[in-house]
Amino acid sequence: MEAAGFSYRSRRGLVHALGGMSLRAAPGEMVTVVGPSGCGKSTLLELVCGLRSPDAGRVQADPAVYMPQRDLLLPWSSALDNAALPLLVRGVRREQARARARPLFAELGLSGFETAMPHELSGGMRQRVAFLRTLLAAKPVLALDEPFAALDALTRAQAQAWLADALARQPRTVILVTHDVEEAVVLGDRVIVMSPRPGRDLAEVPVDLPRPRRRTDPAVVALRERALEALA
Amino acid sequence: MIRALMLAVLLLAGWEAYAQLSGIDDFILPAPTEVAAALYADRGVLWQNFQVTAAEVLLGIGVAVAAGVGCAVAIHLSATLRRTAYPLLVASQTIPIVIVAPLLVAWLGYDLAPKLAIVGLVCFFPVTVTTLDGLAGADPDLRKLMRTLDASRLQTFRRVEAPGALPALFSGARIAVAVAVIGAVLAEQAGSSDGLGHLILQAIPQFQTARAYAAVVVLSAFAIALFAGLRLAERRLLPWAHRSEGAVT
Repeated sequence: MEAAGFSYRSRRGLVHALGGMSLRAAPGEMVTVVGPSGCGKSTLLELVCGLRSPDAGRVQADPAVYMPQRDLLLPWSSALDNAALPLLVRGVRREQARARARPLFAELGLSGFETAMPHELSGGMRQRVAFLRTLLAAKPVLALDEPFAALDALTRAQAQAWLADALARQPRTVILVTHDVEEAVVLGDRVIVMSPRPGRDLAEVPVDLPRPRRRTDPAVVALRERALEALA
Repeated sequence: MIRALMLAVLLLAGWEAYAQLSGIDDFILPAPTEVAAALYADRGVLWQNFQVTAAEVLLGIGVAVAAGVGCAVAIHLSATLRRTAYPLLVASQTIPIVIVAPLLVAWLGYDLAPKLAIVGLVCFFPVTVTTLDGLAGADPDLRKLMRTLDASRLQTFRRVEAPGALPALFSGARIAVAVAVIGAVLAEQAGSSDGLGHLILQAIPQFQTARAYAAVVVLSAFAIALFAGLRLAERRLLPWAHRSEGAVT
């Protein structure tokens, strides 16, 4: 994405969501994007996913799948069928789709919950099912929109751990948007700091630290401070 | 539930006391005990006519739900229809049904057809409106997700919008049930040789007011039973719609 700009009309007039935003992600790389709320982070993901086209600049991306902030599991479908939704949409037969989703349940510690309905799962588990659904879309790029914002601190730390783990097994190009600087540093290969609206890239913080990373690691803390400074 | 029953008993007692103590004529206001007596004495004729009315109501609701869902889906999927047909549907609800009913009877005949038309006409609109809201109520983020899964318009409809609209459809059907009984009675009074509406119309000039009230009791009980039946069916068929979402975290 180069110098992308995007404006839209709202009831309060023209909103410049993005202006001159640049972002580049190498295949298999995990880029985390932090910025103040309302800086156009969600618009950025919509551009990456091809849900909208930029008014200015250029967006070039491999097919991407969108993972919204809330899990948005279908309440009438079992966990397994929710995860298999992308396969079902593609026309894969139900039994076959389930057979392909099932092994992933074990990988994310969801064994035994295949037939559970979404309301029977905890928030963290629901988010894991939602992530499986994202993985099973089989797109090279994952666009994650504050995927753990709705979880409590403890569950969020666990969620970050399984996300890193799952991506180590099935590498994808990931654009993860968050307002949590610590999360951005713990998860990302690179952290992009965005300006307030109209959003553009202010700074880039490379994170050359081995995984798994601990939030209390002095190197993580130092990078977090750097990113916070860039934000302020 | 117990409180509701207590209130009903209290109201009935008040009615009984008024009817007994004020010396009002039986054929103007029968006491609840007289209505109960008529309910028992006339059970044969009530049952016979109830079957006619019940068939009209049930078939009419069937027509209304089919038409209501059909309209809602068509309007939901077509922006053109939303602009052109929706205002006409709204306009159809301003038709004074009391005046049109005899005309429909004259046109469609004395039997079931005009009753279904009238019940359908008064009942389809709540079904259309609630179902349409249900279809449009799908989460925008979920639509985005479906688009990045390359889902077609129809797949999004089938997998996300249609199941999500079922609870709304049931709400519409519950509203429809309440008005369906009124619609059927109205249709019978516009021209019929049987049914509870016809029975009421005949009973009043013959000073059999208690019988007319008994027929009203039967109609109300039927409407309540239908309403409760729908509730039960909804809980059975859509258990997911009755659980508070995300209660466990």
